Amino acid sequence: MEQIAIIGVGMHAFGRTDGVSGQAQGAYAVRQALQDANVRWDQVGVAYGGSQDAGNADALSNHLGLTGLPFINVANGCATGGSALASVVSALRAGTADIGVAVGFDKHPRGAFNPRPADWGLDDWYGETGLMLTTQFFALKTQRYMHEHGISEEALVRVAQRAFRNGAVTPHAWRQRELSYEEIAQSMPVNLPLRKYMFCNPAEGGAALVLCRASDAHRYTDRPILVRAAVMRTRHHGSFEVFSPALAAEMAPAPTVTASRAAYEEAGVGPEDIDVIQLQDTDSGSEIIHLAENGFCEHGEQERLLREGATDIGGRLPVNTDGGCLANGEPVGASGLRQVVEVCQQLRQQAGQRQVPGAPRLGYTHVYGAPGVSAVTILEAP
Amino acid sequence: MISNLSVEHVTGHLLGRSEAGPVLLGSRCQSCGEHYFPATSSCTRCCGTQLSESVLGNHGELWSWTVQGFLPKSPYNSGESAEDFQPYGVGYVQLPCGLKVESRLTCADPQQLRIGMPMQLVEVDYGRSQERVLRTFAFAPASSPQEKQ
Repeated sequence: MEQIAIIGVGMHAFGRTDGVSGQAQGAYAVRQALQDANVRWDQVGVAYGGSQDAGNADALSNHLGLTGLPFINVANGCATGGSALASVVSALRAGTADIGVAVGFDKHPRGAFNPRPADWGLDDWYGETGLMLTTQFFALKTQRYMHEHGISEEALVRVAQRAFRNGAVTPHAWRQRELSYEEIAQSMPVNLPLRKYMFCNPAEGGAALVLCRASDAHRYTDRPILVRAAVMRTRHHGSFEVFSPALAAEMAPAPTVTASRAAYEEAGVGPEDIDVIQLQDTDSGSEIIHLAENGFCEHGEQERLLREGATDIGGRLPVNTDGGCLANGEPVGASGLRQVVEVCQQLRQQAGQRQVPGAPRLGYTHVYGAPGVSAVTILEAP
Repeated sequence: MISNLSVEHVTGHLLGRSEAGPVLLGSRCQSCGEHYFPATSSCTRCCGTQLSESVLGNHGELWSWTVQGFLPKSPYNSGESAEDFQPYGVGYVQLPCGLKVESRLTCADPQQLRIGMPMQLVEVDYGRSQERVLRTFAFAPASSPQEKQ
């Protein structure tokens, strides 16, 4: 199969940027990525992208130039970026174009999301009676997981502590202040067992990639990153998903598990080969669960790994080196591509103070979100 | 005190009545036997479309729980403000058929909630909208009195 490479990466800072629209932040990220790839917008032959709350991606053409290219809007919730990337890879392999762009951006109102039940195929009572909150789902899944696998609250605190520690050495992170164990452990209960500093916040930002066939990549850059796998999957009957008025008697593996397995198969590598990891950390509990669901440890092993520092930047399994969603916030459309940008920077060894030592060769990114979607990529250093 | 207010049962259509009080109503797939709550016309397990009404019962075991610690935005309609908001319990209760139903819990005290504890279906008044009291189903720890709040 034709190999595809990332030749340029770009980001608009995550967090809050008053007065700049989500689309303008997306366009900014695309321009950064084009500059990084030494490519002009009018050379781009296909683009995929999306946002959840900031409008259609093809409106970015109003900022970047109306060149007539096929620009496809993607709306896959938290997997929007991953879906856009997987789609660009397929389009380039199919010969649709020589150069493709994947872009994600968003600008959410402050506070927790307030989805409309009808948009998710649910009746009004589910929202009216106070059951339709994403934070509740993450808490309920974490509570059950802790019970089944012997995870303590200490592990939840340690995930958040490491996220903010990494955020503090990431110049573009939103949250750059380290937090003490006590500050996190005693912060306001949001949805127990999860507390304020164990949750990421909806935010703003943009991230973009420029891609081409690997055989052409050296025309544009001497540091192409190979896309060894880019996979998106949806839930099976029986998996424990957000916005579920009921769960099936017999449980099924999460979409993360199926996306992860498919990505390893496509790349021909296993979790033991990965040197730097980005996992969906909507909250501390999610990251703990995702560490095992993506094959990096056994269920229940996370407690020890966190205590030993195995997931720190200098550890055996460096996770969320830029502070993840906890330190960067979650602009839903952009979040997945932020992970890819971070892994590209790690693999190019351009990550500054947060650089994983020892010249990492293979990187991994994972997103998961409503209503039960997951996207995984495996990337290889130049 | 609330006698002159009318009651709006927001989830009344999801419940049936038995001698022992309210019961949850759902569906069962005629092809593969899978249970659903609330009632549905399609089976996501076997892709079947022949489902019949099923009485899912009024008791189970607490399968997971959390406490809602902040006032949800709309469409939550309890009528509370951020200042007078009372945290409420939320959990999944595993019914005898194995299905786990998401529900408000009558208890919001983390010290009194534990996975595996027996739970009983009740009805609670969770809010007020104009001159109406808003009612829904909830699960209560089975040992506690099943009184309406």
